[in-house]
Amino acid sequence: MKSGSNLERVILSGNPAVTAELGPPMSADGSEIRHKAKLLKGFCDAANITDCQTAVVRISSIAGAVIALQEGLEPVMQMTCRDRNRIAIQADLLGAHALGLRNCLCIAGDHQKFSAAGKLKGHPGAKNVYDVDTCQLVGILKKMRDEGLQQGGDKLEVPPRFFIGASWTPGGEPLDFRPVNLKKKIDAGADFIQTQGIYDIDIFRSQMEKIRAMGLHERAAILGGIIVPRTAMMLKYMDSSVAGVSVPKSLIERMAKAKERAGDDKKKAKEYQEEEGIKIAVELIHQVLETPGVKGVHIQAIEWESAIEKIVKSAGLYPRPVFE
Amino acid sequence: MIVGSQKPFDEIWEMIQSFKKILVLGCNTCVAVCHAGGSKEAEILSEMIKVKAKQMSHSIDVNSMSVMRQCENEYLDEFMDNIKSTDLVLSMACGVGVNFLSDKINAVPVYPALNTSFYGGVPKEGLFIELCAGCGNCILHLTGGICPIARCSKSLMNGPCGGTDKGKCEVSKDIDCAWFLIVERMKLLGALEKLYDVQPPRDWSTSFHGGPRKISLEHIKAYEEQQGGQIR
Repeated sequence: MKSGSNLERVILSGNPAVTAELGPPMSADGSEIRHKAKLLKGFCDAANITDCQTAVVRISSIAGAVIALQEGLEPVMQMTCRDRNRIAIQADLLGAHALGLRNCLCIAGDHQKFSAAGKLKGHPGAKNVYDVDTCQLVGILKKMRDEGLQQGGDKLEVPPRFFIGASWTPGGEPLDFRPVNLKKKIDAGADFIQTQGIYDIDIFRSQMEKIRAMGLHERAAILGGIIVPRTAMMLKYMDSSVAGVSVPKSLIERMAKAKERAGDDKKKAKEYQEEEGIKIAVELIHQVLETPGVKGVHIQAIEWESAIEKIVKSAGLYPRPVFE
Repeated sequence: MIVGSQKPFDEIWEMIQSFKKILVLGCNTCVAVCHAGGSKEAEILSEMIKVKAKQMSHSIDVNSMSVMRQCENEYLDEFMDNIKSTDLVLSMACGVGVNFLSDKINAVPVYPALNTSFYGGVPKEGLFIELCAGCGNCILHLTGGICPIARCSKSLMNGPCGGTDKGKCEVSKDIDCAWFLIVERMKLLGALEKLYDVQPPRDWSTSFHGGPRKISLEHIKAYEEQQGGQIR
């Protein structure tokens, strides 16, 4: 085994893997992470602890991941290329490993201008780093783990043994280059892949056909991304404004109908939409898992971690495998 | 060329108002092309300062002149006496000119009238776009002549991030995604497979990250030394 992480064990066992996501708070108090970890524990094999997602300052991924670990939830720490140069990245990787972390997802990170899509002030005037890009970051983790060498060539007494992850946007542009994007990340050393949210199953299926033809599904474990819809408005927003995500009209209409059914009752409107959203998520999980070459799902219930239990159970993915 | 734009007039006024004698010094190369700091702009700015000074009942002696380039001795030397005999040089050159002139005259302050922005091209009249980051390690032969360092918001080297949307960058709908352009160009050139190899981490020491840079042409240096001259 490369890292010995629970996620790696589940994937090796041949069971469909389930990862979830936990967003750390804009607060110096870690109790929210403990609370969210309790909601996710037992219902996923590992949970991503996001690294200042949407370019907003939050408890760091590494610190959040250690708190999750203390609560018995296996974390996937995230490392963006936005905020650290290769010196800081490698120092943090050594520290993270020393603290017991074993999974790391390498991502470019939202540009600092994003600032939660303008909902928060963020730090649009920040200087970014991008010393290395995602492929290069994956390569650095692999070199550290497999060769015991830093990127610059110095030896590591004890190499960090991470299960290396990368993201993939199957529906991103240019569509015909996206399989190449994935291949490069896998060539660089990615062990597992978490995809951007999938709503348009046809696009995903056709991209996976190319992935299988290239044999990539056998070289890394691809976990299809599921972003649990919560409102009709959210689905519309995802469709119009989130790069690489397109939402079929039929799904938006289903959510809109759920809202209409509640009439003027706002509480019910929320309840009905959430019910429908969970149903949609479960259907998508089945469709993604039925796609040949897929090894699991990455379920994101953004700021709605309490939904994971129901989704995982309804999808027939509970209980999660346990290893000694 | 180097592209810059004039600072807001209020900011310029704020920095210069305490001086009695001001020389507005235009630069007739790059910044003249982008209509920011050539002789015409120097004259206009000097008039604006005069009008403002009158409005504020300030007595300021403002003159303007221009040189071909503020970054080379040969264009400055013959005007140095003139340039030095002022309380302030308000330079309309790029930051290179301001630095070069400051180093050269030392005892008189040289203030910037422009914000120097980037190395760019002029796709059409009145439009300037950034095309090079001056990183000192060119890879344009690998990317179809489109620079991912200068033109990708994340300076990615191995393909687009997940933020590409309808050919545009996640930072703004007004910015083309450089990697979208690169992929399309490489298809056109029949060289897409050049993008298949993973590009390793870059050596940024050739860029500013290696500290301020210098290029010295040894044969010219030797000649200058022979002549008893000095290269800056």
